[in-house]
Amino acid sequence: MRSLSRRSKTLIALAVVIAVLPLTFPSSYYLRVAALVWVSAFAAIGLNILMGKAGQVSLGHAGFFGIGAYAVAIGPTHLGLPSVAAIFIGTLLSALLAYLVGRPILRLKGHYLAIATLGLGVLIALVITTESRWTGGPDGMPVAKLTVFGWRASGSDVWYWLTGTMLLAGAWVALNLDDTPTGRAFRALHDSEVAARVAGVDVNRFKLQAFVIAAVYASLAGSALALMNGFVNPDQAGFLHSVELVTMVVLGGLGSVVSSIVGAAVLIMLPQMLTVFQEYENFLLGLIIIVSMIFMREGIVPMAWKLMTRRRA
Amino acid sequence: MSEFVQFLMSGLTVGAVYALVALGFTLVYNASDVVNFAQGEFVMLGGMVTVFASAAGVPLPLAALIAVGVSIVVGLLLYWCAIAPARGASAVTLIIITIGASILLRGAAQIVFDKHFHKLPSFSGDAPINLLGAAVQPQSFWVLGGTAVIVLLLYLFLERTLLGKAVLATAANRLAAQLVGISTATVMALAFGGSAAIGAVAGILVTPITLTSYDVGTLLALKGFAAAMLGGMGNPLGAVAGGLLLGLLESFGAGYISSTYKDAFAFLVILGVLFAAPQGLFGRRAVNRV
Repeated sequence: MRSLSRRSKTLIALAVVIAVLPLTFPSSYYLRVAALVWVSAFAAIGLNILMGKAGQVSLGHAGFFGIGAYAVAIGPTHLGLPSVAAIFIGTLLSALLAYLVGRPILRLKGHYLAIATLGLGVLIALVITTESRWTGGPDGMPVAKLTVFGWRASGSDVWYWLTGTMLLAGAWVALNLDDTPTGRAFRALHDSEVAARVAGVDVNRFKLQAFVIAAVYASLAGSALALMNGFVNPDQAGFLHSVELVTMVVLGGLGSVVSSIVGAAVLIMLPQMLTVFQEYENFLLGLIIIVSMIFMREGIVPMAWKLMTRRRA
Repeated sequence: MSEFVQFLMSGLTVGAVYALVALGFTLVYNASDVVNFAQGEFVMLGGMVTVFASAAGVPLPLAALIAVGVSIVVGLLLYWCAIAPARGASAVTLIIITIGASILLRGAAQIVFDKHFHKLPSFSGDAPINLLGAAVQPQSFWVLGGTAVIVLLLYLFLERTLLGKAVLATAANRLAAQLVGISTATVMALAFGGSAAIGAVAGILVTPITLTSYDVGTLLALKGFAAAMLGGMGNPLGAVAGGLLLGLLESFGAGYISSTYKDAFAFLVILGVLFAAPQGLFGRRAVNRV
């Protein structure tokens, strides 16, 4: 095993988890929840590239998620496009939008960046809610099933494997990014923007790249979720979903692929468990977010890592 | 002309509420560097507690007083239980904590109260007042007057009292304030309590016009945050100006351009302003220390 890099080990471990997990599931409901986790983790990995690597926050990322989701809803229904083409167009649109607004937005810092990205997200959600002729308005709209060469993707087991594979691919790309000049530039940017600039890093270009990459991840995740659910609604593009994505990244731990997956798993599974408490659900969710942020400031994974290494030492 | 006045008055009324939310934001931000996304929940609490207290037979002025009291307690609890223990955490972490607090408060309101819309009676009747041909609800004047009083009181407090000076000193430089013997923890608690009270008053004043329910806080917090940004974060007068401006933009935008995109104007303008002036309209240029 020594010859394997840490990156390969992470990927192999992830593949094993994805492959073995269904054996422990007593019912297909768990497959569905796990698929939800994989999709959210995929989006979180992308956002973590922006937040953890490049050090920029986005409080409007669900907007790109929504673009991806509505692309696969509107494309087949209104334009007669195949779903696969719609995924591609959604991704392209997200990337283009991120590229166009990214340049002026990413000049901003701190809270100003937060409000600008937030505004962008809210605007996307508003357009989706208002253009009801295309989007079905606040009620959302049904999504045609994904069909590839006559094969229809349906059933929770099929979607479990599809989203699992997608997550693996997303993790692979994100992990590889670390060892490219781009990945190194991101890290320099995260540590000190000024120092990075002094060292000759084109700060604006790399911030923009991270923003576009994160938008593409979110858009793909949105498309996958919409196709899996067979339904979209504007909440998927809304502010609270943006917050949920940011919370996944921060709760898991900034800057690592594994942390994003753990953060997504916690934040998707919590509400599922809390539904037992019915009307106390929101109250408890808020409480858990506050408590975990106070006591696990750096995120669950770095915290667990610290505890483990301390014990060993 | 009458149409113009109509839009002007409704814009100023809504804007006054945004201004109060933004003022609460600014107060907390100045004292503690925390962007409090739960600020909108105080507006919700002010309205909801008043509605339910007065439904229980408490006279309206007393019900309003109870609502302000409850909000202050919640504001202090928010500081002591969620913000103070997380001291030194990163800005994003603190933002997530306050968003968690807002989800929690909304959940609590949903349990304690209900999920329906509620109305309060106008303070001085519903007969519209004719102003240059426009029919203005009397409650609008309560909102505008109440906002003016709060801004004035806050100004007097900050400029004329020792405690107010301590708040200003803490906002200017926390370490230096501590060194001259100011208890910055007290100042921060005061800021959270004060911003909660301001939010609650806004909620009480505006509920007869806009109704209230357990979930009105989120959008208000976003708009208030936008208003505070528009005015330049940390500048109280800028926050008030930003709030009024935002209200006017929305009102005139809805009236003359498109009412379906009413909520969009605020954010479009924010983006525009930030692109042109990255520090807000009245903000100071930040200098980066390396």
